Amino acid sequence: MKILVCISHVPDTTSKINFTDGDSKFDTAGVQFVINPNDEFGLTRAMWFKEKQGATVDVVNVGGTETEPTLRKALAIGADSAIRVDATPTDGFFVAKQLAKVAKEGNYDLIIAGRESIDYNGGMVPGMMAALMDANFVNTCISLEVEGDTATAIREIDGGKETLTAKLPLVIGGQKGLVHEKDLKIPNMRGIMQARKKPLNVVEAEDVSAQTETKKFEKPDPKGEVKLVDPDNLDELIDLLHNEAKAI
Amino acid sequence: MSVLVYTESEEGKFKKAALEVASYAREVASKAGGSVTAVTFNAEDTSELGQYGVDKVLNIKNDKLSKFNAEAYADALKQAAEKEGSKVMVLSQSANSKYIAPLLAVQLNAGYAPNVVALPESTDPFIVKRSVFTNKAFNLLQINTEVKIVGVSQNAFGLKENQADATVEEFSPNLSEEDFSVNVESVDKATDKVTIADAEIIVSGGRGLKGPENWGMIEEMAEILGAATACSKPVSDMGWRPHSEHVGQTGKPVASNLYIAIGISGAIQHLAGVNAAKTKVVINNDPEAPFFKAADYGVVGDAFEVVPRLNEKLKEFKAKNA
Ligand SMILES: Cc1cc2nc3c(=O)[nH]c(=O)nc-3n(C[C@H](O)[C@H](O)[C@H](O)COP(=O)(O)OP(=O)(O)OC[C@H]3O[C@@H](n4cnc5c(N)ncnc54)[C@H](O)[C@@H]3O)c2cc1C
Ligand SMILES: Nc1ncnc2c1ncn2[C@@H]1O[C@H](COP(=O)(O)O)[C@@H](O)[C@H]1O
Repeated sequence: MKILVCISHVPDTTSKINFTDGDSKFDTAGVQFVINPNDEFGLTRAMWFKEKQGATVDVVNVGGTETEPTLRKALAIGADSAIRVDATPTDGFFVAKQLAKVAKEGNYDLIIAGRESIDYNGGMVPGMMAALMDANFVNTCISLEVEGDTATAIREIDGGKETLTAKLPLVIGGQKGLVHEKDLKIPNMRGIMQARKKPLNVVEAEDVSAQTETKKFEKPDPKGEVKLVDPDNLDELIDLLHNEAKAI
Repeated sequence: MSVLVYTESEEGKFKKAALEVASYAREVASKAGGSVTAVTFNAEDTSELGQYGVDKVLNIKNDKLSKFNAEAYADALKQAAEKEGSKVMVLSQSANSKYIAPLLAVQLNAGYAPNVVALPESTDPFIVKRSVFTNKAFNLLQINTEVKIVGVSQNAFGLKENQADATVEEFSPNLSEEDFSVNVESVDKATDKVTIADAEIIVSGGRGLKGPENWGMIEEMAEILGAATACSKPVSDMGWRPHSEHVGQTGKPVASNLYIAIGISGAIQHLAGVNAAKTKVVINNDPEAPFFKAADYGVVGDAFEVVPRLNEKLKEFKAKNA
């Protein structure tokens, strides 16, 4: 089985979010970038398929040279090779087009992406990719098994879960649950050394026009002070929630 | 111009999110000059949609669609959009709608804006405001394609009544076998519990509660308030609560009216997921807990003392205000 794991390169979850150029661009100054957490679960699941079922695992990112350390990290975790589509992502559709091309040309059976990137929270790349390559698609995937050419997946729905089966090729939008938190792989020294020798192929981007464009970023209004209520006067809390906040 | 809206129902009844997206579609149609067509799947009584400004209902009755199936639903919606010549399509951000939207976007060659929090700033060019960086910021996004898909965040717009005479038309899309190539084997869903996605109120517990055996008082509060229960990430990682309850940047986003955080410190990753909740209450015995900076109301105190007392008072309040 050939697996492709799509890796989004995103600001660390503790990053301060600021904008530059008249609030038109995300300010990357001082920001640490990491593998998108949803993709980290997918990558670890892919490693399981590699170890248990002899799958090969490639990782891919659409981005500039600055994303290479993130791809190297994925290689250190155990991916066999990496692909970087050399382009600045303009929108989800643009990225999906590039990824669909890589996936088609590489004849991948299973494409593991994340439910969403934690930067722009698009939640659209995996589904668009599946539609573009006419592959099956399971979103918010929390469990994945493959037997021959058939996958069994569990997806999280509002208030429960659903078990689905589908033939490969399959694209998933994965998330926490795909593997246990404690099993998440972190690169060790040996992995890091090996990663240096593994191939990281840079491919040219296809010419695609984006469907959407960012006009401007805005920050939420600063919050007012918290109103503290004495633990011995909880009636006041109920009164505030009822009469002021109109929340109960 | 027709605005198409996907109004989700469950066991024949419309979800609140469906009425919210209908309300939103109505305003977009009024702004841009046009009408609203809702698409429903196996809904029993569609008259409720008229109250929220729907002019026409395309009701799809098909036993094969009794269970949600993303590809089949997307194909049906696509055919409805083409039939109506719709240029704008409005969906909620439920798990099912988020599943469908990108498939639909490719099929209709439409640009898609997810997590939209307000009406379009303008309809020509079409610019919407959406939340990004897990609610730490907003983004004004212009959609440049002829057909546009808008995913409206839960509770961002609310319900707006707007009486219209919804005419109902049966609609039978042509579905192929391929639409069912992802097969739904089984659905496992607690029907008696309020879900985080639909909840008006959420009661959430953190590591400060010490262990799963102490969740009785959280569940009690949720029951009194008709709320959903939720938790912080370590709580679900340790298996005290199911993963589906984990809220935050890497868990579920929350957009309820009220979020009550008990024994949760308010780490940045947790707060990111609850920023969109309208009113936030924190109960924590450490006055320095970062959650106090993000909350509207706070109680500095021991949860094991405060929560049982608060539950009693909430019961009295509910009894009086029933
Ligand atoms: C990549 C990444 C992603 C993450 N994503 C998420 C996420 O999506 N969601 C999330 O929640 N976390 C997330 N985290 C974890 C986050 O950083 C925090 O560790 C976590 O939110 C802390 O959970 P907590 O508040 O329950 O526990 P703690 O931080 O241990 O806080 C417990 C709180 O309970 C209070 N307390 C103790 N006893 C009592 C008492 N008797 N009465 C009242 N209060 C009491 C304490 O004062 C303390 O403030 C993420 C972390 C990383 C690195
Ligand atoms: N630039 C990118 N390069 C590679 N994969 C990406 C990129 N952007 C998004 N993805 C994948 O698509 C998923 C969802 O992203 P998004 O639709 O942007 O929220 C991510 O978790 C990744 O798996």
